[in-house]
Amino acid sequence: MDLPEPNFEIIARKPQIVARLQTVLTHDAVIYDEHEVKAYECDGLSAYRCPPMIVVLPSSTEEVVAVLKICHAEGVPVVPRGSGTSLSGGALPTADSVVLGVSKLNKVLETNYDDRYIRVQAGRTNLSVTGAVEAHDFFYAPDPSSQLACAIAGNIAMNSGGAHCLKYGVTTNNLLGVKMVTMEGEVLDIGGAHLDAAGYDLLGLICGSEGQLGVVTEATLRILHKPEGARPVLIGYDSNEVAGACVSDIIKAGVLPVAIEFMDRPVIRAAEKFVNAGYPDVEALLIVEVEGSASEIDEQLALICAIAKRHNPVELRESQSEEESATIWKGRKAAFGAMGQISDYMCLDGTIPVSQLPFVLGRIAEMSEEYGLAVGNVFHAGDGNMHPLILYDANKEGDLELCEKMGAEILKLCVEVGGCLTGEHGVGIEKRDLMGTQYTDADIEIQLGVKDVFDPKWLLNPAKVFPLTLTESRRAS
Amino acid sequence: MNPTSETELAEAIASAKGPLRIVGGDTRKIGNPVEGEALHTSGLSGITLYEPGALTLVAQAGTPLAEIEAALASENQRLPFEPNDMRALFGTKGQSTIGGVVATNASGPRRIQAGACRDSVIGVRFVDGQGQILKNGGRVMKNVTGYDLVKLMTGSHGTLGVLSEISFKVLPAPEATATVMIDGQSDEEAVATMSDALGSPFDVNGAAHVAGQTVIRVEGLAGSVKYRAAELVKKLGGEVVDFDWTTVRDVLPFANQTGDVWRFSVKPSDGPKLGAALRETGAEVIYDWGGGLVWALSTGGDMRGLMGDIAGHATLIRGTGYPVFHPESTGIRLLNEGLRMKFDPRNILNVGRM
Repeated sequence: MDLPEPNFEIIARKPQIVARLQTVLTHDAVIYDEHEVKAYECDGLSAYRCPPMIVVLPSSTEEVVAVLKICHAEGVPVVPRGSGTSLSGGALPTADSVVLGVSKLNKVLETNYDDRYIRVQAGRTNLSVTGAVEAHDFFYAPDPSSQLACAIAGNIAMNSGGAHCLKYGVTTNNLLGVKMVTMEGEVLDIGGAHLDAAGYDLLGLICGSEGQLGVVTEATLRILHKPEGARPVLIGYDSNEVAGACVSDIIKAGVLPVAIEFMDRPVIRAAEKFVNAGYPDVEALLIVEVEGSASEIDEQLALICAIAKRHNPVELRESQSEEESATIWKGRKAAFGAMGQISDYMCLDGTIPVSQLPFVLGRIAEMSEEYGLAVGNVFHAGDGNMHPLILYDANKEGDLELCEKMGAEILKLCVEVGGCLTGEHGVGIEKRDLMGTQYTDADIEIQLGVKDVFDPKWLLNPAKVFPLTLTESRRAS
Repeated sequence: MNPTSETELAEAIASAKGPLRIVGGDTRKIGNPVEGEALHTSGLSGITLYEPGALTLVAQAGTPLAEIEAALASENQRLPFEPNDMRALFGTKGQSTIGGVVATNASGPRRIQAGACRDSVIGVRFVDGQGQILKNGGRVMKNVTGYDLVKLMTGSHGTLGVLSEISFKVLPAPEATATVMIDGQSDEEAVATMSDALGSPFDVNGAAHVAGQTVIRVEGLAGSVKYRAAELVKKLGGEVVDFDWTTVRDVLPFANQTGDVWRFSVKPSDGPKLGAALRETGAEVIYDWGGGLVWALSTGGDMRGLMGDIAGHATLIRGTGYPVFHPESTGIRLLNEGLRMKFDPRNILNVGRM
């Protein structure tokens, strides 16, 4: 992956830019020491690193405005950063950039249970949003695996999903409003506690724009009352194809589980070794979770188990207790970490039509043979959002490049069968150069036009999302 | 103009010499009147792909809504967002098209639980003001590849492009439905009841207050619906009744009456305050979305002005004399104008509609 050449003329002005930033922020909120800025050199896509020129940590919307006005006047690229958990390099700096971290913006501003929303500063972590309302038995639905660490700001930038979005939707379906600062330093209030837009749905446009249209400092989020209970069932099959068919049948049957998660043998074994989740050693494992009162859960699980049995499962086990349910989920949530114990890996995020699951899993297995790189699959099967983990050795010359080549081939396959490059992680730098497989130049050009409107000087997170060759003239101007 | 394919649509727009007025089924008369040659989408008709096992349906924009609903019903599925039928309210005839539904983001009572039309649309193909065929999103329900222009196109009333094909996430139709009705509540009591219901674990997907009756809906598997309806009666009072939700969805109480029809979106707890101000002018009021969607039938006057400092927006759905859409702040207006210039630089698509 190529990173754009930094602008040395900007880097030469670093002392002057630091001095200006220090006039609007406290001194400890402007980090410019070359050792200290290294803490911000990468995000969750840690194969790529580049220390930024400066890091700023504003404490209020007003401070964000002041910072952006300075950067706009100085012509300095700004890379917004939530908690730095992006798996696609969304928060990867360039050497000539100012990283704008929102971690100090973490307050709850308002909770309203009658109208079912919470208003928070955008640096607040995903899980602590639920933490702020769970005493009232409410929760915030989107639950990315990184929810302990990831910030709402990053969730909005990437339109993050999670395991339970089959029922509750992704970030964009749970976001009611934002306060956003444009690159020129203008504060916009978009949406609010009411539903839907008066005119164009700018909120929908901003969500998922990877920090390229503005810096979100506050968010109004929909909160929901917790269900009375939830219970998963484990279903094991001796082939991926049969597991895929079972998923499709469950969905078609009219019962909509909150989650249908899929793991294949390499991941099952790794997760089992890591956290002793009690998983059977099978080819494909489904975790299907339903919600409701005890009787409602029984009603739904009876239907699901009847469907599962028609496909001759090797194992079918309903969770019998809350502890067992927690253990079952622990294995799934730890799956990435467990694979990381075994090897370096690259996590893909393509989405495919559910009907194509067996075919795509078969093709991935073939590619794994061809490239000589092992692959584990763990993903949200209900919505077709796959997460193939390609294992490689970072210390072995050429292995990362081989892994990326195979990853690109898998993502192209996802697009070919009617899916997309990324379901919830975002394009970032990782899938930037593959955009042309999904979109024509004209499809991309209209998106670049949208950025022109919000950020005419192309200073906000400019080297992301789109192929560098297509954005070069805009970034240079 | 009556193109019968996306290519013909693109050619028609590229060769247009003046402004175009985009016409689907012409059943939803929402927005300012538009001058220009009529561009009909009815020739772009038909379901292109329907995969019940993937909860996905793709249709050309001119496909009648009724055809899509029938296809879904045959597989025991439905559109999640309960699009309304505006023919009675506007006194229009003909067939609502799916393109018109999407262009107006038409969303019914289930919006509070299943999301709006914009939440179910997962992909669009459209032709911009220069005659370019463009696409965004696709046919999978999780897709964050590039900017979400799907949301931008939904509800843009044909001012950014002419939709040619739309993909939807659909949902299973429920095995059972039940409505709990509480009779004789004031607006304040009704909104408090609806907030209680929507803040419960019982997955309420309809909450409205019309003609003194508060109605709360649950849907799902038969046993579950029976259980939740009983729990709601215990919590809120009232009884389980048969109720026709098209009354609320299609605003039927206002259908055969003269007067302006306004639609407000506010936070539910602000609903009764707005409702009281509206009623003081002699307007009739219906609440949907737990109190957050307020429909008003007015004999005249600027009902939007009654919002005062209440946050939200008002749309003049039927009637004249006031701006149809809520005035925007300068910052938002400039962004919207900038977007329109990018999507329709010749300024020919439904000019002045919004």
